[in-house]
Amino acid sequence: MPVNSLDDPFNEDSDLSHGAGCGCKACHSENVSMVQNLPSSDEEIVNRFVETSIVKSLFNGNDMQRRNFIKTVGAGTFRAALLSIIPLGALQACVNDTKKKVESGGATKMGASKLEKTKLNIGFVPITCATPIIMSKPMGFYEKYGLDVDVIKTAGWAVARDKSLNKEYDASHMLTPMPLAMTMGAGSTSANYIMPAVENINGQAICLHNKHKNKRDPKMWKGFKFGVPFEYSMHNFLLRYYVAEFGLDPDKDIQIRVVPPPEMVANLKAGNLDGYLSPDPFNQRAVYEGVGFLHMLTKEIWEGHPCCAFACSEEFATKNPNTYAALFSAIIDATNYSSKHENRAAISEAIAPKNYLNQPASVINQVLTGKYADGLGNVLNEPNRIGFDPFPWHSMGVWILTQMKRWGYVKKDIDYKKIAEQVYLAAECGAKMKELGYDAPSATYKKHVIMGKEFDPNFPEDYVKSFDIRVK
Amino acid sequence: MSETKKSILLSIGLLFVFIIIGELITGDGARNKQNMTEYEKLMGMGETQAHVPGPIEVFKLAVKELSNPFYDNGPNDKGIGTQLFFSILRVMAGYFLSVIIAIPIGFLIGMSPLFYKALQPYIQILKPISPLAWMPLALFVIKDSIMSSIFVIFICSIWPMLINTAFGVMSVKKDFLNVGKTLEMSNVKMAFTIILPAALPTIFTGLRISMGISWLVIVAAEMLVGGTGIGYYVWNEWNNLDLASVVFSILMIGIVGMFLDSMISFISKYFNYQE
Repeated sequence: MPVNSLDDPFNEDSDLSHGAGCGCKACHSENVSMVQNLPSSDEEIVNRFVETSIVKSLFNGNDMQRRNFIKTVGAGTFRAALLSIIPLGALQACVNDTKKKVESGGATKMGASKLEKTKLNIGFVPITCATPIIMSKPMGFYEKYGLDVDVIKTAGWAVARDKSLNKEYDASHMLTPMPLAMTMGAGSTSANYIMPAVENINGQAICLHNKHKNKRDPKMWKGFKFGVPFEYSMHNFLLRYYVAEFGLDPDKDIQIRVVPPPEMVANLKAGNLDGYLSPDPFNQRAVYEGVGFLHMLTKEIWEGHPCCAFACSEEFATKNPNTYAALFSAIIDATNYSSKHENRAAISEAIAPKNYLNQPASVINQVLTGKYADGLGNVLNEPNRIGFDPFPWHSMGVWILTQMKRWGYVKKDIDYKKIAEQVYLAAECGAKMKELGYDAPSATYKKHVIMGKEFDPNFPEDYVKSFDIRVK
Repeated sequence: MSETKKSILLSIGLLFVFIIIGELITGDGARNKQNMTEYEKLMGMGETQAHVPGPIEVFKLAVKELSNPFYDNGPNDKGIGTQLFFSILRVMAGYFLSVIIAIPIGFLIGMSPLFYKALQPYIQILKPISPLAWMPLALFVIKDSIMSSIFVIFICSIWPMLINTAFGVMSVKKDFLNVGKTLEMSNVKMAFTIILPAALPTIFTGLRISMGISWLVIVAAEMLVGGTGIGYYVWNEWNNLDLASVVFSILMIGIVGMFLDSMISFISKYFNYQE
């Protein structure tokens, strides 16, 4: 093979042609030392091929012109000038990727692109919302995409946030309002965070202490102490919304405390809390321990509300595009797997051990399968108690921002849609879902109905003002 | 019977009384209900409920945990030995950092009564601050959770050392110093041959107090930050309301704390003197 047509195109002495004057061994038998710097590995050959075709095309294939030009301006200048207009490295990587994908049997098979980083740390708070993030480890979803991930248990969301900002975590399980708040710098330093995917929808509950069994009407809750897992959480916003609909001002009539989820049951038992709106399994665990009962599931407040999310810094995504893409695929795949009811029992078994949730498997099973005891003597069957749907609707982001505004977490005027679109990567998620062969919605905004009241994402400010109970 | 033998017998006697009372007042949390309805089954009536463990249950758990103290089931589930090892490592790092800084500075403060008085109010304000109060600040500034826990140990353990060193240096007997002066010793020589040996017993008292504080701090810090260490172990078991493991780790914390304390007091014996 006359490989010297793949000689260094940036060298004035190399001959890339095989014309009459060609001096290569393939054309002549004489020992001409024209071959100077031939690529050896497959990848290098591809790289050289890309370089050569671009350089050759610049000179219409006239090799004399090329050599004269390089002689005049110098190889370094020429290369620099070329690089400033053509992203040579990216093109080479792209061709290499495609080549590998084709060789390895089609574009769907992942792990082919060069991963910038394969060893990742991902934080999680031990709750069932994190199911896709956690189960990807024992069930091999990260591995499938060529990633070696350690999922690190974290004591609470403030710590998850700080460890993410510190870059101890490459990506983390977060609450859907957190990346919005972090990007705006509300309650933390401002850092651009992105939320490529939602983890779960629904899956939370209002749990009350057994002594309140006869106080099922929220109007009777004046003076109650409630726990929520974090200020910037759906739990906080849903609880506030719920009690406000019953005429209670959450800032005056009840007390809302931030309690890390794992400490909820112990606090309920000790009487520090009258109830909480918290992630599972801690609602079901309270029932299991005979401490509390489930007042209602949050799906009754907002069917299909988002809860937890998979988030990382914008910096991580731009610096490690291939790793990020692989991780994203793993998460979407796992989320889709979790959404199927037939897989739920196996998932419960996989995430129950000490290394992950550290909870009795039967408790997790009740949460995931939706066949559960409510603590009041009933066995209920609610298959959609928790759902997994990765699509981060921009309208959900806007709703969350309206609630931040409503309760005074954000004081200044904000551009709701702009922030939601910057942080929630709905279009990207949709594309990824389609790439992996799942159905994705085509719109990124829709109207939501929360406790019978419609929310139109086009008029966020009017929506905030439509509530009587709010921080004015 | 000698006094020592009597005290040993009394100790053992107390242990038995404690075990018997412990067994009597605690349950095993078993809810072995037979022929359960579906509701009862979901309520976990056939499984163990969270409960305060009796001494025997804790002992059984201790045997199980200590027979395999270095197992590794992934980043969030490691053996008690590994966890203690991580905690001790962090304590040592923070503690020695404060030794390196506290002793020379304490020495200087002690040599100058003016400085001693001037710095006293600041030290008194900083001394009682809880490690948990330092943690958010440390995490924010240092941007590394392990370094933050080391820093918190450092900042909490430095004060007793500093005060005791300064106090020890200040209360060296005038007679000793006068002897040095008559021998025309240089200041440096005086510091190393007279003041340091004379102040060492007081310094060691500070070192002992600080070691105790470091060990208190690490548990709190690790409970907050998580990851590894005995504090994380306690927190992780608390998640699961597994109080037997919590009690077991409390005992381990006590034993290691006692060991660390006796280590310092053992070393300090070599530097004691009788007047």
